Amino acid sequence: MEDIKDLILNYVINEYLDDDDEKITYDTPLISSGYVDSFSMVSLLVFLENKFKIKIPPSKATPEALDTVNNIVALVNQYINK
Amino acid sequence: MSNFGLYEDRIKNFDWSVTEKELEYTDGNILNIGWYCSDRICQKGKADKTALFYEGFGGIKKEYSFNDIRLAGNTIGTFLRSIGIKDEDRVCLFLDRIPELYFSFLGILKIGAIVQPLFSAFGDESLFVRLENAQTRAIITQRKHLSKVRKVLERLPNLEFIVIVDHNKTKELESKEIPFSLQESKPVENFEIFPTKGESPSLLHYTSGTTGQPKGVKHVHYSIISQYLTSRWVLDLQEDDIYWCTADPGWVTGTSYGIIGPWSLGITQCVLDAGFSAQAWYKFIEDYRITMWYSAPTAIRSLMKAGEDVVRDFDLSSLRHLASVGEPLNSEAVIWSQKMFGKPFHDTFWQTETGSIMITNFPGMKVKPGSMGRSFPGISGVVLDAKKYEPISEPGQVGLIAFKPGWPAMMRGYWNNEEKYREKFINGWYLTGDRASIDVDGYFWFVGRDDDVINTGGHLVSPFEVESALLEHPAVGESAVVAKPDEINMEVVKAFITLKPGFKPGPDLELEIMNFIRKKLSSIAMPQSIEYMEKLPKTRSGKIMRRLLHAKEWGEDIGDISTLEND
Repeated sequence: MEDIKDLILNYVINEYLDDDDEKITYDTPLISSGYVDSFSMVSLLVFLENKFKIKIPPSKATPEALDTVNNIVALVNQYINK
Repeated sequence: MSNFGLYEDRIKNFDWSVTEKELEYTDGNILNIGWYCSDRICQKGKADKTALFYEGFGGIKKEYSFNDIRLAGNTIGTFLRSIGIKDEDRVCLFLDRIPELYFSFLGILKIGAIVQPLFSAFGDESLFVRLENAQTRAIITQRKHLSKVRKVLERLPNLEFIVIVDHNKTKELESKEIPFSLQESKPVENFEIFPTKGESPSLLHYTSGTTGQPKGVKHVHYSIISQYLTSRWVLDLQEDDIYWCTADPGWVTGTSYGIIGPWSLGITQCVLDAGFSAQAWYKFIEDYRITMWYSAPTAIRSLMKAGEDVVRDFDLSSLRHLASVGEPLNSEAVIWSQKMFGKPFHDTFWQTETGSIMITNFPGMKVKPGSMGRSFPGISGVVLDAKKYEPISEPGQVGLIAFKPGWPAMMRGYWNNEEKYREKFINGWYLTGDRASIDVDGYFWFVGRDDDVINTGGHLVSPFEVESALLEHPAVGESAVVAKPDEINMEVVKAFITLKPGFKPGPDLELEIMNFIRKKLSSIAMPQSIEYMEKLPKTRSGKIMRRLLHAKEWGEDIGDISTLEND
């Protein structure tokens, strides 16, 4: 579980944060804080689908479901091994 | 009762001097938007009235009076003068929607310099081409965006000052970087406003076209005449209103109606600097008792998608008037807002180049869901025959939306691009690049763009700019970019690419290319999908037939393909 969490957290830090000083955690809101905007959500989704070999239906990829690393992990876990 | 009253009464003998009288302006006098939006309001006895309710992410709340914003504008203006910024120098605002963005806007105008607002989500290449074109002398930014500025600084010899408004001393300052803290600066009470005139340049907003690099749309201080009156008659702003314009000042709506319109009227406005969430937006309306809400179809469709239950969790009874801008507002959204809020969103149509609202569904008038509305008084709006460039008189026939130049907020040129500016006018008409029909009642009905520019979520994206950026990725051989239909954003960017030898198509490469464009240009310009092709369709002369790819995406007839290259 920690591996998935850290994998996603590191991806978000590397791809979406411009400032090295900014620190985010598993519970930091990503969408509602503006770190990841609605257009960028698509690239985040593609990352999750590629990395975990899953397909997340558009209806489930809501801003709320992708808003924190913990939420994302819960979403991904619904589709892994299914 | 709305400010506007009856359409027939308003168009009768209309003259823009109605605003000049209200603003006590006479031709040839000093006219400075920064002064009109702050000092004048204070002189009118509203110094203590709230100008801005600000809420940032994490619950940060601030409130500023008109006197506060007057002092903040003076203080920033004084600082800019102290480092040598002069009238007509371009000063870029590369900031999130923090209070300093709004106050710097006033300060730059007060010293007679030109504001160049840029969307803070722009990537380094988007930033570079706009700063280079404008020969920008100073940029005001935040720590979080500094890395993008540093990346392009070497290629920008005219950029002399990088002002950081939230420097916290954890980062070493580099060449040309200057910290500035509004909180730690002594407020400047007495300030000599630069004596700008009506035709003095005020703003440079960048917009995208089908070909070439983005164009800097030059506006002048006299634009306030249109922006003030349209804010009164279309947005229906009234003395006790609490107003929320959801647009970012990196785009023209965020300055014309997110700063100039409301503040020149002395209206209290709210700013929410956070990402989109239906709950957060409704809570914001409830908390601040917002009465007038100016938003965009993409946001409205996102709210619709979030469902009806969430609306009922909040008290939104304060809402008095709603309006929308950015792209055509579909009839479903108008009907939905009537059902959910008890009032419809009123569509407004205008552009970066027009500077103010041109066509709209007016408050108090019948709203035709799906229609753009009627021309604003004093605006000669028509649809032109696409071949003869003459007005079409027959109702329902589709033509090019055009306006007779002469309204106060009309752009005065494209920066360093006289040729492109001239191309916008034919037969004495300003061509918008959009197509529509007009019905028997004079209501405009949007049909689509007349060019390949992509309107995604109300933002124009140049296919040329994205195609050029794609070619800089090591794997991409050729590229073609078109609009793809999208339920929320109306259109999104889709790229068709061929790969160079040695590269294999696959989902990981697709993601890599998406992120490459997002960082280089912006998330808006990032292709939401990429299709690999063996070869792109071309004419026999070698030109990529974007039209065929567009037709494929939209399920349209591909038309004449006689010029298509054959193997």
